[in-house]
Amino acid sequence: MLKHWFTGQLQLGFAQALATGFTALIVVLLARSRGIHLVSETSIAMLRGIVQIVTVGSILVLLLHAPSWIGGVVLAAMMAAAGQISGRRAKGVPGAFAISTWAIACGAGFVIAVMTWLGVIETAITSLVPVGSMVIANAMNTNSLALNRFRSEVLGHIGEIETALALGAEPQASVAPYVQASFEASLIPALDSMRSLGIVWIPGLMAGMLLSGARPLYASIYQFVVLAMIFTASAITSLVSAMLIRARIFTPAQQLALQAGR
Amino acid sequence: MVLLEAKSLGRAVNARILVQDVNFTLRRGEVLAITGPSGAGKSSLLRLLNRLDEPTSGTVYFASEDYRKIEPRELRRRVGMVTQRPYLFPGTVAGNLNFGPQQCGETLKRVALEQLLEQVGLGGFADRDVANLSGGEAQRVSLARTLANQPEVVLLDEPTSSLDEASRGEVEALLLRVVRERDLTCAIVTHDAVQAMRVAQRTLVMNVGRVVRDGPTAEVLHA
Repeated sequence: MLKHWFTGQLQLGFAQALATGFTALIVVLLARSRGIHLVSETSIAMLRGIVQIVTVGSILVLLLHAPSWIGGVVLAAMMAAAGQISGRRAKGVPGAFAISTWAIACGAGFVIAVMTWLGVIETAITSLVPVGSMVIANAMNTNSLALNRFRSEVLGHIGEIETALALGAEPQASVAPYVQASFEASLIPALDSMRSLGIVWIPGLMAGMLLSGARPLYASIYQFVVLAMIFTASAITSLVSAMLIRARIFTPAQQLALQAGR
Repeated sequence: MVLLEAKSLGRAVNARILVQDVNFTLRRGEVLAITGPSGAGKSSLLRLLNRLDEPTSGTVYFASEDYRKIEPRELRRRVGMVTQRPYLFPGTVAGNLNFGPQQCGETLKRVALEQLLEQVGLGGFADRDVANLSGGEAQRVSLARTLANQPEVVLLDEPTSSLDEASRGEVEALLLRVVRERDLTCAIVTHDAVQAMRVAQRTLVMNVGRVVRDGPTAEVLHA
């Protein structure tokens, strides 16, 4: 229907964005009637999302012919931004931004670097930045889930953790079950994506490759490659994040610093 | 011999004073009751004594040594603590009793484990899943778990307050027996003056974070 009203590609794109955004808002407003208040957070997230992606799209147009090291700079900036966004999920944890940035840089940065070196990701900006950003975004989501879950687990088990400390346990040992729980929980989306690939969903990258004329078999294999990279980056991110955060929630005198309301 | 000594001990969090200028000594083999109204700082004081919280003023001397110079894990093994709620780790009773010794690479021998359980009235409970224990049994396991570390001082934070009336009497009787048998040095937080009379030779009364009375239990509580 929109195609009849908007003939220009750009106009059509904005109309489609408005239509989907409006639909999402209706859902959020319906949720509000059930006492779930997400209106402002969703509106801001959607507005930010469209502004950011359009800005990046415009920058990509400018960078199409730039040298490949510029791609590395763009990805580094993306990792820093991801660290900042993800760090907010660990309210009350000292150095959450640094933890998140390091974890994402180790997970996503390592995978992108190795895969670029192996030639799995092409060095051209048009390939490096979109594929790299997918890996970073998923590492960020995993990190957010890991931090959020770890924080909740710790706050929900303060008695158990302090009992372990009072019995002479090392801080790391006292939170070990909660590190494991948050690690496992944070990888559920990445694992489910891999498990349901092709059955429940055909990812955007594969669809894009098919639309641009790639052979369907190669497009499907490459989609698996991307998901495997995402899983690896997510797992490393979650591991690094857990290792760094468990050291930060204790004082030098091995007291639990993360407490409700602090 | 003085085993534990608090000197000008205090703790404040975000300008809120929890414990202020507390001074007292605890002699080897002595049982000290810490009593006072809710919010008086009794539990906060106990947490300071095995350094689960950091003092913001003053310090504690353990066996004449400033406890900040003792490695926290070693201090906590030597100054054990039994919390108000028995937070048992998932698994068996034996697993819980072995938790402390395992932190320094040791495992309780089966005979020692059974003796410990006999002492707290839970003979034959070693392989029981802690999920199936009653409140009173869980608190006994919590006490035995602390004793498995062979602490020199035991801090008890209202150990019977979360139990029903029948279990409360049983656990208190057990505590008294274990303290006498092992000649333990104890500090027990209680809001129950009658319980303090039954278990402690000396009593500290706290109010608004300060010690307002300190002396023989009978004198202090009848003052």
